Amino acid sequence: MSSEFKTIQYQLNEQGIAIILMDIPGSNANVMGDAFRDELDLAVNLIASDDNIKGAVIGSVKNDFMAGGDLNAMVEMFANVTDSQVALDIANSIKPTLRKLECCGKPIVAAINGPAMGGGLELALACHGRVVSDSAKVIMGLPEVTLGLMPGAGGSQRLPRMIGIQKALEIMLQGRPFNAAKALELGIVDAVVTPEKLIETACQQILDGLEPIKPWDKKGYTIPGGSGFFDAGLGNTYNYLTTTICRDTQRNTPAPLALLTAVARGTAVPFDTGLHIESCYFAKLILDPTARNMVRTLFVSKGELDKLSRRPKGIDKASFQTIGVIGSGLMGGGIAQSAAKAGIDVILLDISDEQASKGKDAIAKSFGKLIAKGRMQQEKADALLAKITPSADYSKLANCQLVVEAVFEDVALKQKVFKMAREHMPADAILASNTSSLPISQIGDGLPSPDRFLGLHFFSPVERMPLIEVIRGNATSDKTLAEALDFIALLRKTPIIVNDSRGFFTSRVISAYLQEAFAMVAEGISPTLIDNVAKQAGFAIGPLALIDDIGLENGYKASLAEKEALGESWVEPAGFKVQKQFNELGRIGRRGGRGFYDYSEGVRTPSSAVAELYPASASAVVDAEQIKQRLLYVQSLEAARCYEEGVITDAAEADVGVILGIGFPSYTGGVFSLIDTLSCAKFVADLNNLADTVGERFRPNPWLKHRAEIGSQFY
Amino acid sequence: MIDAFIFDHVRTPRGKGRPDGGLHSVPPIELAAQTLKAIKSRSDLDTSTIDDVILGIVTPVGEQGCNMARPALLMADYDESVPGMQIDRACSSGLDAVNLGAAQIMSGQAGMIISGGVESMSRVPMGSQGGAWPRDPAVISKTYFAPQGIGADLIATRSGFSRSDVDSYALESQRRAHNAWENDYFSKSVITVVDDLGLPLCSKDEHMRPTATAGDLAALKPAFAAMGEQGGYNAIAQQKYPEVFAINHVHTAANSSGIVDGASALLLGNAAQGKAAGLTPRARIRAFASVGSEPTIMLTGPAAAARKALKNAGMNAADIDLFELNEAFASVVLEFMRELNIPHDKINVNGGAIAMGHPLGATGGMLIGTVLDELERRGQHTALISLCVGIGMGVATIIERV
Repeated sequence: MSSEFKTIQYQLNEQGIAIILMDIPGSNANVMGDAFRDELDLAVNLIASDDNIKGAVIGSVKNDFMAGGDLNAMVEMFANVTDSQVALDIANSIKPTLRKLECCGKPIVAAINGPAMGGGLELALACHGRVVSDSAKVIMGLPEVTLGLMPGAGGSQRLPRMIGIQKALEIMLQGRPFNAAKALELGIVDAVVTPEKLIETACQQILDGLEPIKPWDKKGYTIPGGSGFFDAGLGNTYNYLTTTICRDTQRNTPAPLALLTAVARGTAVPFDTGLHIESCYFAKLILDPTARNMVRTLFVSKGELDKLSRRPKGIDKASFQTIGVIGSGLMGGGIAQSAAKAGIDVILLDISDEQASKGKDAIAKSFGKLIAKGRMQQEKADALLAKITPSADYSKLANCQLVVEAVFEDVALKQKVFKMAREHMPADAILASNTSSLPISQIGDGLPSPDRFLGLHFFSPVERMPLIEVIRGNATSDKTLAEALDFIALLRKTPIIVNDSRGFFTSRVISAYLQEAFAMVAEGISPTLIDNVAKQAGFAIGPLALIDDIGLENGYKASLAEKEALGESWVEPAGFKVQKQFNELGRIGRRGGRGFYDYSEGVRTPSSAVAELYPASASAVVDAEQIKQRLLYVQSLEAARCYEEGVITDAAEADVGVILGIGFPSYTGGVFSLIDTLSCAKFVADLNNLADTVGERFRPNPWLKHRAEIGSQFY
Repeated sequence: MIDAFIFDHVRTPRGKGRPDGGLHSVPPIELAAQTLKAIKSRSDLDTSTIDDVILGIVTPVGEQGCNMARPALLMADYDESVPGMQIDRACSSGLDAVNLGAAQIMSGQAGMIISGGVESMSRVPMGSQGGAWPRDPAVISKTYFAPQGIGADLIATRSGFSRSDVDSYALESQRRAHNAWENDYFSKSVITVVDDLGLPLCSKDEHMRPTATAGDLAALKPAFAAMGEQGGYNAIAQQKYPEVFAINHVHTAANSSGIVDGASALLLGNAAQGKAAGLTPRARIRAFASVGSEPTIMLTGPAAAARKALKNAGMNAADIDLFELNEAFASVVLEFMRELNIPHDKINVNGGAIAMGHPLGATGGMLIGTVLDELERRGQHTALISLCVGIGMGVATIIERV
């Protein structure tokens, strides 16, 4: 009998219980697919129709019970669904089988041996009993909302009916996994047993007379804790959750609200009607590009980059025991801290022992804060700090496999420390610059071993920011690039590889964004409006509040440096006048007590001085939608220019880079996903419109226009 | 078009909308029945000539549910041939009842109608009817739901009304209401509510605080600050109004309308039927209008409703002698004054809901009657009555003495 199945092992034991063990080929983990669905359906028919079969146990031969859906397949399946019926069919693909299982008349128990996530847990919820192994590897959860989706195999309807709406919403809206003990406490599972006893206990549930009828299929059933719109307490919960979801997502990610609505409306009606409501909201999410964009960039593309998919082939994996970090400021300290966490010893250099020790002290202080919050152990902090040796002595670099420079953005200074480092570090060790904008090939000019030199652009705060922009200089070798990626993998960060250019990729894109915001100020649009619209567009903080917090001086200095370096060919950025004026007026940001806003005792308030400098023009009707377009599109356009110039070579990589590095809104999927989602033709038409009404800087480049004409897509 | 006239108006006093309020022991059906009885007896009406009784009830559930207008008129010993209807457009329901009655008369489909409203807020709490608007996630999201208080504070923020502005307005409302009671300006219309035995129970508005000082008011904490911040509503309001840096929470229990119990009724009819019943018309309902307005700020409808009603009447704001705008929140009135350029001495001249309370469904009828009494007292002619309405609406009615 088992030979008929390809995704499950089916066996009838001597107790008359069918043991169904999931063994879905093609992956380490069990992922839900059509073939499994069809065979499960067959198995249920078999169990229901054979009087000799008392019931069934569903388990797994793999390490996991079932991990849920296949993200790659999901991205493809959702790619171009525009028809409601097609979307509904996708949403209904597994549901009828699970409902059949639930109503087949024979008791069926899930024996959860390992992780049961998403569709895997939904399968278990459809069963009449659930027994879980006490193994530490068992986690359960419905994390769909974190992928821009919602449970679509009945989970949004079964869980609230089992444990009550409030608790179910908490689990599903946060999407956080929980362990077996927690599942038992919540009432999601019936028993937690040792792995050896798992199948036996599941069988015993059936022999003990487990009822094959769900509470909601019995007359007179009511949901624990109440349901429906008459319930004032639930009404308040729905109101609070909706309001805070709308606040926190800025209405850009539809999944949490779809889930909440499906639960609220679906639990006010009989179960089967609720299943249809779930399908409607799941289908809406399929029809919306957000889930596809988010999953593609944040999971599929990022996953590939984390696996070093762009690493040059045929080069041995490098190991790193000791690295040097030159400059013990915020960036250098952060790099040192991240390396220490990865188990690497760090020589932290600065102009004096005292200065270097100060840098280390700052790290110790930040650990102290974590310890005070209970988020770090003292021993752990001590062990990490012991790995960091502060010094002013460059000869300490003698055993480093890699040295990262993180001094001020000053070409002469950088060249000076490169020279000193090269004198002491091993000749074949890698030298990297953490510059965020200076062309690598230029600052590395004349150094020995130019093939062992490249840019590693970390983002601030280094210990929290997951991206590193790797800049390949003219002379950087494949080996150097490959080994630098090995280093990044040790730090558990995500690399993107870009070619040399002033500002590389991410700094060019974020500069275009900030310059656009400055330009808006000059037009008399209030900083409050600009920042609030930016938040609505999906940025965590508005550009002007952000630059006030960072300080305006460095950006201005970078603009001046660029002006000097480029000479005749320099094009004045859109917001340069404001940048210059604010710096000259001493409106340098929060640190100076005034910038685009005023600051008093750390509190940000609108500035009447700024309003006087740039009064709102009475005739101009400020269109929030256009502000939003400008803030997003200026970044996609700059990214397109980078692509045209060969600074970046892969749209997926660029999309990961902007989201992880510079906080581009994740619901878009990134700068290029945004263009694809709109269609290139629409993007070009919108840009032409902005060029006509706002400024020529929005005129699309010929490369983009050509892509629009031929209907080319980035994905 | 046939003229619709107002022949009479009565209202109950407004009891505090709490278990210790003077009207709490009286079921809302009795509040309605006692006003209907008063209308009947004051004009010695043959009730079989009444074509309809329309009552505004904003929380029509529990003992206020099941079309309370019909059992109320039966309780008031009206002829069983009289139909009754309950309507709900939130705060303007009482005024809508009048407009709806007037429309039937003006179109010739009815000759005499009683319109008014009732609300026992102490017995049937505001909001207890639920509804999709505050409870269904899809609706909350789509409408950018925020409670009224947030809208009131948002109006103040956008128009620059300070805490002292709204508190000063509230103090003046108290002063005017007290003055009106002291001088018997309301005595023509306020009836004494009786208990189950028929003995007098309550004959004066209870909610007033004539002794309150500016210092007392300033000491109160803003009522909607925590809700706006922790409940997320400020952020929702800013999504609709991104030019707002932060919402200035200026409203308190003292500069917002009070929660009270009460009922009102007006006798409306055409000239012929009035004459047949031996009644003298006191005023003509000249025009009325309803509008929808932006639902998140919610409370800015009255100005647009007033403009629409003035247009329907072929009048200008300057043609109106007295304005009566429900004092839902101080900022609502200040905004209306700002928009239509109305001096303070022409609006809410005898105080309003900040001093005396806002018994939801009953208020519209009370406002019309109160301003009509005042027009007569002053020998003036025209008045415009308006209320702001939940989910962003406004209703206005223009009356003129005949």
